[in-house]
Amino acid sequence: MLMSIRLENINYIYSPDSAFKKQALKNVSLEIKDGEFIGLIGHTGSGKSTLIQHLNGLIKATSGHIYYNDQDIYDDKFNLRGLRALVGLVFQYPEHQLFEVTVFKDVCFGPKNLGLSQEECEARAREALEMVGLKEKHWQKSPFELSGGQKRRAAIAGVLAMHPEVLILDEPTAGLDPKGRNDILDQVAKLHKESGMTVILVSHSMEDVARYVDRLIVMNRGSVFAQGTPAEVFRHYVELERIGLAAPQVTYVMHRLAQEGYSVDKDATTVQDAVKEILAALNDGGKGVGDR
Amino acid sequence: MIRDITIGQYYPAPSVIHKLDPRVKLVGTVAFIIMIFCINNLAGYVAATVALACLIRLSKVPLKYILKGLKAIFIILIFTAALNLFLTPGTPVVQWKFIRITQEGILMALKMAVRLIYLIIGSSIMTLTTTPNHLTDGLEKGLGPLKKIHVPVHEIAMIMAIALRFIPILMEETDKIMKAQQARCADFESGNVLQRAKSLVPVLVPLFISSFRRANDLAMAMEARCYHGGEGRTKMKPLKYYRRDYIAYAIILIYIVVLILLNIFFGPVQDMLFAAIGLTI
Repeated sequence: MLMSIRLENINYIYSPDSAFKKQALKNVSLEIKDGEFIGLIGHTGSGKSTLIQHLNGLIKATSGHIYYNDQDIYDDKFNLRGLRALVGLVFQYPEHQLFEVTVFKDVCFGPKNLGLSQEECEARAREALEMVGLKEKHWQKSPFELSGGQKRRAAIAGVLAMHPEVLILDEPTAGLDPKGRNDILDQVAKLHKESGMTVILVSHSMEDVARYVDRLIVMNRGSVFAQGTPAEVFRHYVELERIGLAAPQVTYVMHRLAQEGYSVDKDATTVQDAVKEILAALNDGGKGVGDR
Repeated sequence: MIRDITIGQYYPAPSVIHKLDPRVKLVGTVAFIIMIFCINNLAGYVAATVALACLIRLSKVPLKYILKGLKAIFIILIFTAALNLFLTPGTPVVQWKFIRITQEGILMALKMAVRLIYLIIGSSIMTLTTTPNHLTDGLEKGLGPLKKIHVPVHEIAMIMAIALRFIPILMEETDKIMKAQQARCADFESGNVLQRAKSLVPVLVPLFISSFRRANDLAMAMEARCYHGGEGRTKMKPLKYYRRDYIAYAIILIYIVVLILLNIFFGPVQDMLFAAIGLTI
């Protein structure tokens, strides 16, 4: 059977009955299908982090239902701890959760909690560390000796070692330099392609996710603002700006070129596509008149 | 679960209590706590209860919110009550093997429980209605005279301010780390005491590390803004007494006097009454 996560009218209120009461999610309904690569985008405080914590049952919705493979996860008989292994959640700054003496042992923590044998744990840890591209010479080091990017890889491996069906990454590139950022995202894209894992990438940067994802979900003030392929969503760049987000820079370039009369595809979302489009348009003779 | 701990948290509301000078609240809280432990008769407890109820009402903090703070001391409460119940010598009521519950024990346990609960509620009203900054300002100003005998008042106040400021941050951090480890299927709920204590290692280690990191950052940020201790430091908003503060002082004084009078006059009467029906306190 194909894996899917379905959310129905999820509402979540922080600290109800107090002055700090805040509705973080309003009537969120969503479906996430098997093998999808999803980008979850929203402004700070739009409810993205709250939403993803619902997906593995860390937070229980104030009202609404979540179905994992058509099973209600709020059912008394449902194994929530088991769900956490199936829906692997990598928090923001995951390197802050490292605690073991060595990187390798830390990655073993998840599998060990699943009650697997020592050999199985180690096999999974080895596999996960290779998946995230952390070199073997670092495995026996203390996590605190590693660089920021390496720590983050180690932490992601810690979740991957549980063999989740769904991998959720909350701002996996926050605080990394451009190279570290691209490395991590490329690695995630590769994971998705090779293992067919469902991946949900949370970010507030359109540029980051546009290149990789199949579908974008845009959150604003606790509800779903828009969803669709990156090209579909970016067409509404004016509305996106209104909620404090922006389309990738290429979108603006392409729209501007189209306005100027060049026959380019406005839906190009990555620099590579845009380059192809622009070159093609220029070879066709630019505006058609060829006076430039 | 972590959010349930309300001790030391500020609850914003538009009330008279919130507006009071922090020094008044400090003095009032200390007076209230001392008086709680001096009461020797039932009427005194009734008076304290009435005072507390009025305070809660005036502060506009929901009662539920205040009572939540008691959850944190629940175990201490049970422990104290049990110790008093079983270990106070006197006239036995129940005697079974080595377990002996005395009349005095029951009364003592009740008294200690009430005192502890009132103590927590009284002090949490202060912290709930006073921002940490205000509180430490009040402390610094209130203890100001001690500077003459070289007590580092400013430093003590600064340490307190930082500690209080970091309570919510550390709680949030704990919550985050716990969730991150739960996402890796860590189990904090089952197992015996030893297993549970061990299961906290994955939370405590990252928590310690992040505390040190934060402390380091804070020290750096303070130095970058030329912090050099209390010498010659002025306040942006110096504390000033208003009429309501004097009225509050007067009410505190009246409260103390009333309780002392009750102790003097009602205490012996109560003892006599109790003695007449065969009870001793």
